[in-house]
Amino acid sequence: MRYLLLKKENFNDFISALAQIEKVVAPVAAGYKNFSFREVKSGKEISVKYIPTILPPKKYFMPQKEKLIEFNKAESLFDAVLEYEKMIIFGVHTCDLAGIQCLDMVFSDKPKDANYLGRKNKLIIIGLECNDYCDEYASCKVVDNHIPNGGYDLFFTELNDSFIVHVNTGLGEEIVEKTRLLVPAEQKHLNELEDVRARKREIFKDEVNVKHAELAGLFDKAFDSKVWDDLDKRCVACGNCTNVCPTCYCFDILDNINLDFNTGDRTRGWDSCQTEPFAKVAGGENFRKTRGARQRHRYFRKFKYPVERYSRYFCTGCGRCTRTCMAKISLKETINALAAEQKK
Amino acid sequence: MKTAKLTDSEYLIKTGKILRTKQMTKQEKYFEIALAGGENLNHEPGQFVMVSVPGVGEAPISVSSSPTKKGSFELVIRKAGKLTGVLHNLEASDTVGIRGPFGKGFPTQILEGNDLIFVAGGLGIVPLRSLINFVIDNRRDFGEVHILLGCKTPQDMLFGDEVEGWSKRTDVNFSCTVDRADPDWKGNIGLITSLIPGVTLDPARTFGVVVGPPIMYKFVIIELLKKNIPERQILVSLERNMKCGVGKCGHCQIQNYYCCKDGPVFTYEQIKYKKEAI
Repeated sequence: MRYLLLKKENFNDFISALAQIEKVVAPVAAGYKNFSFREVKSGKEISVKYIPTILPPKKYFMPQKEKLIEFNKAESLFDAVLEYEKMIIFGVHTCDLAGIQCLDMVFSDKPKDANYLGRKNKLIIIGLECNDYCDEYASCKVVDNHIPNGGYDLFFTELNDSFIVHVNTGLGEEIVEKTRLLVPAEQKHLNELEDVRARKREIFKDEVNVKHAELAGLFDKAFDSKVWDDLDKRCVACGNCTNVCPTCYCFDILDNINLDFNTGDRTRGWDSCQTEPFAKVAGGENFRKTRGARQRHRYFRKFKYPVERYSRYFCTGCGRCTRTCMAKISLKETINALAAEQKK
Repeated sequence: MKTAKLTDSEYLIKTGKILRTKQMTKQEKYFEIALAGGENLNHEPGQFVMVSVPGVGEAPISVSSSPTKKGSFELVIRKAGKLTGVLHNLEASDTVGIRGPFGKGFPTQILEGNDLIFVAGGLGIVPLRSLINFVIDNRRDFGEVHILLGCKTPQDMLFGDEVEGWSKRTDVNFSCTVDRADPDWKGNIGLITSLIPGVTLDPARTFGVVVGPPIMYKFVIIELLKKNIPERQILVSLERNMKCGVGKCGHCQIQNYYCCKDGPVFTYEQIKYKKEAI
């Protein structure tokens, strides 16, 4: 596929042109050091330099609440439904692109999830490169997500006075055609892109004391670690870490009945393995009773179990879990503590 | 936001009509259910269905009948929460929502030609009955069959008439025990583990099939291992909280396994090192 160029002076017009095609969502400032994906009409509303948004773009692929079934008991009608909205998501960082790829794998795994896949097909993804670290919480290099690894229709990298745009899909080509603002990139722009990547190789270093390939091995021996006892004492089981995680997809299913006591719906909503009742069965037995066991489960669901099932880490290195934790539980510190313990 | 209908959703439910109910104990109620249009459930012994009452909720319930029984299937439901409380109020001709069958049941093709020792504790007889009746209905295909049954008191015994039928069969070795007896009880008293040492079996060709409360597994498995039954020939069925039944929602996860999809039937070899399994 090819590289094109968008001059910075045309950026606002480009976003306005996108908004003519479809609803556009992008990162906007949302208070001190906070950003959020929201609908925008023009480029001026967008924070091109932003640290990971409060919630990842997961919220568009797997909404916090979605209807699965609508029913009418009297008429014995049960319809499976898909709620969707066509949208262009602009400005998705490489960590969040990786997160969407993880969700794609889970929901394409058999049996396929018709709701997720149906909605995904209505979304256009425009990625945006981080030329430098967002903050000290990120660990994208060690999980290899600091550089683009696909998962987008178009991908923007900021150069001096322009953006160089990688066109990755046919949908991306359609956007190029409809917006009419992208011009072919010249060799000097490709060289500039190379310079950006070379500079990134200098800036981005493994953020923990463990190499990429050794992470899974670290967790092979970590089940009985004392580190989980420490997290047990600190975790408040609020579930913030799983809500903001771009690859946490656990859900609950609840029925809602309307006041006619006849019609209603079955809805799924985000759930968290960090809460006490998550693994509890009807008889009262709880298979992950302690907060330490539940924290361990969260880490194993990022660094071990998905490696066995999907051959990739489900931690994208975005740093959201650490940024949001009220008890200051840090992903980087946890990994370093496990590594230190195993070196003894 | 737009809404479209889906025809390939895993969450579509079928209508199940209740044909017959029976209050088995204070807490457990029996349901015979037929799918609309006479469709067979086509389950394997050991699989489960998601049973729902629209507006109330949905829960995983083991299928208790053998697939050799056609046209309808049977469930036994313990009253334990909101949904099961509502289910207990339903009677013949009422309807419920059914999804499934789900999960990996007992590997009947692997069990064929081998000897079997069934160990059921308490409510464990409900899922195990689907395999016991399958074996009895195909009795010629299996070797020696031992059934060991345990429950708290004689009043907690489920399927009393059917169990009596098993006990009278000449091609089944049956024994039963209760934790606490009453004056009318003529059988064994004690834990189910006490029945295992007395069983004569050929470990190389015997499969142990164990279903019961978590606490029971550990002690029963030890006894079966003492009999030299290989780890991969000891089968268990595990209970978990489940919301989707298709390996997504995360509730039933046992380390890297989804109980709903990779189980609920596991070999002891599979779960031996899974600390959260039992």
